[in-house]
Amino acid sequence: MANTQSMCTSFLGQLLSAGHNFASNNVARSASTADTFKAALYVTTATINAATTAYSATNEVSGTNYTAGGVTVTNATNPTSTNSSSTAGVGYWTPSASIVYTNVTLSTAFDTMLLYNSSQSNAAVAAYTFGSQTITAGNFTLTMPSNTTTTALVRLSTT
Amino acid sequence: MAIITTTKGDMDDSLLVHKSGSIDNEIEYTTWDEYYLDGELVHRSAHVTLKTSPFTDLIGATLG
Repeated sequence: MANTQSMCTSFLGQLLSAGHNFASNNVARSASTADTFKAALYVTTATINAATTAYSATNEVSGTNYTAGGVTVTNATNPTSTNSSSTAGVGYWTPSASIVYTNVTLSTAFDTMLLYNSSQSNAAVAAYTFGSQTITAGNFTLTMPSNTTTTALVRLSTT
Repeated sequence: MAIITTTKGDMDDSLLVHKSGSIDNEIEYTTWDEYYLDGELVHRSAHVTLKTSPFTDLIGATLG
């Protein structure tokens, strides 16, 4: 078993039915508030990948000061779209702050963060992998990439 | 002098042995700090900066 960095396939289909709202100015829904997105951590022996459809507590990390389900992602910046040519472009979004698990002890090695939509039945968005870590009475911080067309955390592109 | 949160409570870093490291590759830039008291790990924190993310190409069907 291993985790694999990937966009969750179910997320792509759900986008076509307005299943996710990252924006506070969404025109596809009557509500003007974005959904709540959360970030959960998974141990190295989990199997989080493109086939993951929703958050599950199975093989999620556990330990002091870590709450099952992870932490809420700060979302103060609406998604952006930019044309790269007359036939192509990119839509992208990145959390507006680092994701921080404060003063936790996570003794079992973990290597994956699952981003999911807690407002929509915990539907999975994407899995992000990194080198295996443990934390002892400390902070685990995930700093986001720059919110650009080439580095944003969530990017959908036509070419 | 700095105060470090440890499994033994808050401690002055002068009482602890500090080790640190980093990883820098195409996926991440990661740093970590470890503090030991008499050989026992009492604090470990890590900071991961994500560099790449799952990228999805969308292709529209061609009519005709």
